Amino acid sequence: MKFRVERDALADAVAWTAKSLPSRPSVPVLAGVMLRVSGGQLVVSGFDYEVSSQVSVEVAPDADGAALVSGRLLAEITKALPAKPVDVAAVGAHLELVCGSARFTLPTMPVEDYPTLPEMPATAGTVDAATFASAVAQVAVAAGRDDTLPLLTGVRVELEGSTMTLLATDRYRLAIKELQWRPDTAEASLQALVPAKTLADTAKTLGPLGGEVTLALARGGMGEGMVGLVGGTRRTTSRLLDGEFPKVRNLLPDHHSAQARIQVSALVEVVRRVALVAERTTPVRLSFSEDGLIVEAGGTEDARASEAMDCTYEGEAMQVAFNPGYLLEGLQALDGPTAVLSLTDPRKPAVLAPAGENGEIIPGYRYLIMPIRIGA
Amino acid sequence: MPRGDAAGFGPDADDTGCVILHVDMDAFFASVEVRRRPELRGRPVVVGGIGPRGVVSSASYEARTFGVRSAMPSVRARRLCPGAVFLPPDFTEYSRASRAVMQIFREITPLVEPLSMDEAFLDVAGARRLLGRPAAIAATIRRRVAEEQALTCSVGVAPSKFVAKLASTRAKPDGMVVVPAGRVLDYLHPLPVAALWGVGERSAEALRRLGLTTIRDLAQAPVGMIRSALGEAAASHLHELAWGRDPRAVVPEHVEKSIGAETTFDDDIDDPLVIRRTLLALAGKAAARLRQTGQAGRTVSIKVRLADFRTVSRSRTLPGPTDVTNEVFETAWALYDILRPGDRIRLLGVRIEGLIEAERAPRQLALDGREHGWAEAERAADAAVARFGAGAVRPASLLDKGPGRVGESEWSGMPGPWNGAREEAAPGKSRHLSVDRLSDPGSPS
Repeated sequence: MKFRVERDALADAVAWTAKSLPSRPSVPVLAGVMLRVSGGQLVVSGFDYEVSSQVSVEVAPDADGAALVSGRLLAEITKALPAKPVDVAAVGAHLELVCGSARFTLPTMPVEDYPTLPEMPATAGTVDAATFASAVAQVAVAAGRDDTLPLLTGVRVELEGSTMTLLATDRYRLAIKELQWRPDTAEASLQALVPAKTLADTAKTLGPLGGEVTLALARGGMGEGMVGLVGGTRRTTSRLLDGEFPKVRNLLPDHHSAQARIQVSALVEVVRRVALVAERTTPVRLSFSEDGLIVEAGGTEDARASEAMDCTYEGEAMQVAFNPGYLLEGLQALDGPTAVLSLTDPRKPAVLAPAGENGEIIPGYRYLIMPIRIGA
Repeated sequence: MPRGDAAGFGPDADDTGCVILHVDMDAFFASVEVRRRPELRGRPVVVGGIGPRGVVSSASYEARTFGVRSAMPSVRARRLCPGAVFLPPDFTEYSRASRAVMQIFREITPLVEPLSMDEAFLDVAGARRLLGRPAAIAATIRRRVAEEQALTCSVGVAPSKFVAKLASTRAKPDGMVVVPAGRVLDYLHPLPVAALWGVGERSAEALRRLGLTTIRDLAQAPVGMIRSALGEAAASHLHELAWGRDPRAVVPEHVEKSIGAETTFDDDIDDPLVIRRTLLALAGKAAARLRQTGQAGRTVSIKVRLADFRTVSRSRTLPGPTDVTNEVFETAWALYDILRPGDRIRLLGVRIEGLIEAERAPRQLALDGREHGWAEAERAADAAVARFGAGAVRPASLLDKGPGRVGESEWSGMPGPWNGAREEAAPGKSRHLSVDRLSDPGSPS
């Protein structure tokens, strides 16, 4: 194997692939990235039996072939190289890398020991990359991070006709996003539970590339239990999570007794400031009335903080308390200048929805938070 | 020991400056039992664990004449007094009586410091203008407790807490002792050192080896000598007490630092199902106490004593305070599961620490409503128990009808809430509360 490649293209490809490599691989070869050249294309791939990532880069080939080298080391080296063409060649049991006056020799691992990457499942349809990236980010924030409930560490993806719905919950909040996509067949009806971290990382890297993301999801048979995401020259596959996702849609309250409209950026700032005195499990308290909103935190014996701010409020005066982290993550996930907070009771789920400057709710996204109960 | 009045410390002694009262109910549990079963009056009554390893919690004075004492093994009590009526404790009834009695105290003065269910300190300094001299107030309390609760108590009236406590002991049963401010040392000094609050058998023995048998000996001994026997802190504290000096104030609402329950098995056990059920029962008991007293705690600990008396404990701190049986139990079980001692078990205990007022405890509610549902179910169960007695409502796996059913989720179609197929369907892992005996309110529990 021998080729010449642009430094940036190589560095990007290796960095992206190496990012998903396991930090403590079960077998040493999984710490490697595979470089394979054929027909003018270099394919860089990594795999940890759960997630595979692959990216192809145009190169000037001299000889086809493959080499397996430490992903982490190669990523660090390519990142540090000067902006010049890079010559890469497999020489015996080593990989030689020359860029300008810099020369590196890396040991390689046996290519034949490397596992075969999973096949891409059948294509299900496509979605705008930037829209998908922001939708996934809005939802994945509510997914559980605690491995004791593996089911909740996933994002549920539901595909019904041209509507894609993403759902995630960690028992304390729930995010739901609906967006449009283009299914290959109009009557598509598919569900999958995708590990939230993988989905979020992948969508985030595919978003800025623009264009479309192809979603691949098996309907039984080949590639069962797998999801594939392809954008540009990058493709990722991931194992799906097992289990029945809780039926969460009916948690969305069908009515509210009070509603507040608040400027998102201002509320984020105030909550951040006031929450400085809140401990890990203590709430920020939001008191709504006709006069506006007062945000408070801290106890009678502990440090205390409070701040008043403007808000439009309809309903009886109400105080509701939230975990400041959950509230901030929800506010930051809103895709609009105004937050609409709908309340029914200080112990019932509160719903955050984005709205425009005029206060008109932008449909498609809901973020439910369960309050923290204060007092009996 | 002579009753107080014999030595001139009767109700008519000079009570000037004697603003501290110690009220101690007489044979409290036994008296409450006699009150609701008048046919037991005059008979020896022993309340305590009935099993072969049970311990006496309370004995009527009739039983005490046979030598029966609190904390004595029930088996021994039975030998000493085979004619006694042995009853299992009914804490619901005792705590109801206790609340009623404490309420009488609080109507006298807000400065009431309960020490346990059946005794309290009162500071009556501020009540004197309205209610008369301390001895008169003490007499009023004794009369009201007798008239309104049909129970007797003994009161010590003294200038300080520890002297008042000593005095009430000497007043028993159904009496009153006043220790005038100027005669504290006369009262104190002839008493044995063991009478001092904080001197147990071991300290008394250490002091006896130094030739100090009475409180007078202790008072007159150099502090350095006591220090060598008891250590720095205890020595100076006891020396002060021996001179009748006790500046401690009556602090209303004695705050409990932890609440727990434990049980000793009749026979050492190793059956995981029994262990699980026992932990559930103990968690239920402890959490019910929390709810009764309006508290919640963050740390759950378990205590396991093995057949050879080795004792191990483990604790875990939760993300937030709880008073929910299920949460306490799940934590206790998880702790036990990690511990998994190989040997047979003699005693199990569950304790909740880091207590705060439940009102002040913020609690993150969950979307699946699991926590919320439990808290509400338990409050309903508490109400049923308050009305129909302990045993009216309890977890199905604690019914005496074999292993309980397997819990179902609030969310249809899921084997367990939120964790999909991972929840194992272990027998006895029931989450159902079951109502039974509601039709039989009078039944003893």
